[in-house]
Amino acid sequence: MMDIFEFYRKDEWPHVFCPGCGNGTVMNCFFRAFNKVGWKLDNTVFVSGIGCSSRIPLYINSDAIHTTHGRAIAFATGLKLSRPELDVVVFTGDGDLGAIGGNHFINGCRRNVDLDVVCINNNIYGMTGGQASITTPHDYMSTTTPLGNKEYPFDLAEIAVAAGANYVARWTTKHVHELTKSMATSLTKKGFNFIEVVAQCPTNFGRRNKMAEPSSLLEWFKESSVRRDKARAAAIDHVDLNLAGQITIGEFVSRDRACYHERKGGSAHGNGH
Amino acid sequence: MNIKPGEYFLQGNEACMEAAVLAGAKFFAGYPITPSTEIAEGLARMLPESGGEFLQMEDEIACISAIIGASWGGSKALTATSGPGFSLMQEAIGYAAMTETPIVVVNVMRGGPSTGQPTRASQGDILATKYGSHGDYQVIAFAPASVQEMFDLTVKAFNYAEKYRVPTFILSDAEIGHMRGLLTVPKEIKIVNRKEKGVRRSDEAYDVPDDLVPPFPTFGKGHKATITGITHFKSKIEPEDPKIHQQLVRRLNSKITNNRRDINKWEVIEPDSKTMIVSYGSASFGAREVAAKDDRVGLLRLKSIWPLPVEPIHEVASKCEQLLVCEMNLGQLFWEIKRVALEAGCKRVELLSKIGGDPPTPGEVRHKLREMGAI
Ligand SMILES: Cc1ncc(C[n+]2csc(CCOP(=O)(O)OP(=O)(O)O)c2C)c(N)n1
Repeated sequence: MMDIFEFYRKDEWPHVFCPGCGNGTVMNCFFRAFNKVGWKLDNTVFVSGIGCSSRIPLYINSDAIHTTHGRAIAFATGLKLSRPELDVVVFTGDGDLGAIGGNHFINGCRRNVDLDVVCINNNIYGMTGGQASITTPHDYMSTTTPLGNKEYPFDLAEIAVAAGANYVARWTTKHVHELTKSMATSLTKKGFNFIEVVAQCPTNFGRRNKMAEPSSLLEWFKESSVRRDKARAAAIDHVDLNLAGQITIGEFVSRDRACYHERKGGSAHGNGH
Repeated sequence: MNIKPGEYFLQGNEACMEAAVLAGAKFFAGYPITPSTEIAEGLARMLPESGGEFLQMEDEIACISAIIGASWGGSKALTATSGPGFSLMQEAIGYAAMTETPIVVVNVMRGGPSTGQPTRASQGDILATKYGSHGDYQVIAFAPASVQEMFDLTVKAFNYAEKYRVPTFILSDAEIGHMRGLLTVPKEIKIVNRKEKGVRRSDEAYDVPDDLVPPFPTFGKGHKATITGITHFKSKIEPEDPKIHQQLVRRLNSKITNNRRDINKWEVIEPDSKTMIVSYGSASFGAREVAAKDDRVGLLRLKSIWPLPVEPIHEVASKCEQLLVCEMNLGQLFWEIKRVALEAGCKRVELLSKIGGDPPTPGEVRHKLREMGAI
């Protein structure tokens, strides 16, 4: 069993996260899952884009590459295919993954390279100070939606399912046991595995939406979480975080498609020359 | 399978991909775009045969991101593109410069701006190669003018990318990429590999040796390397410290500009002529013919253009009476050359610029030289 101080770089403290931020919970769950599956730090590379959530790899005591905004999956794809024996984990945020990096996200799911992607969805652009993101719920407030968000949010986990990811789960920072378990499953499964964690950003999301206390955001997560199989979301014309007043959680899909570097290609549809 | 020593009749783009494989490229990520597509198509076949990976990505941003990732895995990696794709790659080019990642980008230039002339040659991306990403940085760029040079300079591009840990470019164009010509593959080819970090001390990867190029901490070898585009010192991000930023950015620039003499390649015809032409790539075809036939005119043909080959430009400019820059854009390298030439004491620096897809003909070069009173 690895000590948490072996896993994280103590010399990088203090970290950048605000008091009450959900990122610490996600890091803690990840540490436990990593330990549980017995992965080795020296065989693992952490990749991220830009954002608060994307800072996480800089705190882990292994090789890490903190890339450009939105492109972590593309960097990770090249790295994994050049060194298939390394384990590659991506940390990203809702803006990083679903807005600027949306194309790499859906194509990553489709391509099914052996990567584990953890997206911390705090419903806002945290690092830049609270602008609306592609997961800010309809009518909610942000610095760029001063009259309430006119748009409707993306459902990242459902997109991952539709785009062909091998394993998809969504939990909130209120569901630490389930999240840890899903993370461990994701690490042991081959292929493109996607875990979305709905996490609190009291500073930039809660504060502007009458939930300034971290605990009130966690309360909100608890009240609105519904297991996917019991969710009403599927019955209406939108699946998103708040239209039906609920956050669908659970293991969305667990497939066993051959991952990219296991595929042989072949000439089934050509003349084979 | 690596190309065997011998003589071949190949297309410029084919020579480029043969050279890439021979130089040790193990990873290519691309997105189709004329006039560079043959390189992707060829490497899709060749790389898997030589134990490498070929990947067609969703866009050019993904391509350059993937090759940077592959380079950190320890692979020599390249992409090939043209104008619109090159524009998309700019943010990541700065990232590669900041993180000192060896990569090779082949830009088979076509007429711009925008979609422009997909099938016609141009030299419109000369300044974009050096200045297209934000911030102060250096790159290395070569400008082949024949099928042979597509081969030779592609090998060099890999070697210099590895040696200096810097994004390196082949600035070819539709003319050179698609022309067919003789290629001699020599028996011996010099290959340079990146200087890898040892594992003596945990922070050794961040030592700055005299050549200003730190050893490369390949991932997966226990270095615990932290790679970031944020201003950094050792493994720490230091975005607020003016001194650390200055030290880092000045070093990234100096490691290239201090080594201009090692990097730059050129050819001179009739160096003592009263009028010298400076040109590169397919823009030099006409000038070369004129200089070869007319004693009054010489040619400095640049085979590398970034870092700016200050020394050879200075030398010819200090000896000639007037200088003509010949390029296939509205004047890009012209301003850089003119600055150096005037400093060297040259009295007059003129521009022959031609866009639209066709290289300047010998007739057009002579016409301009007549205007200048050179012939
Ligand atoms: C190309 C580019 N555009 C914009 C930015 C500015 N920027 C930095 S972080 C960020 C948003 C990050 O939001 P998210 O991914 O949701 O992460 P969080 O900070 O909320 O964890 C933006 C827009 C950037 N760094 N690069």
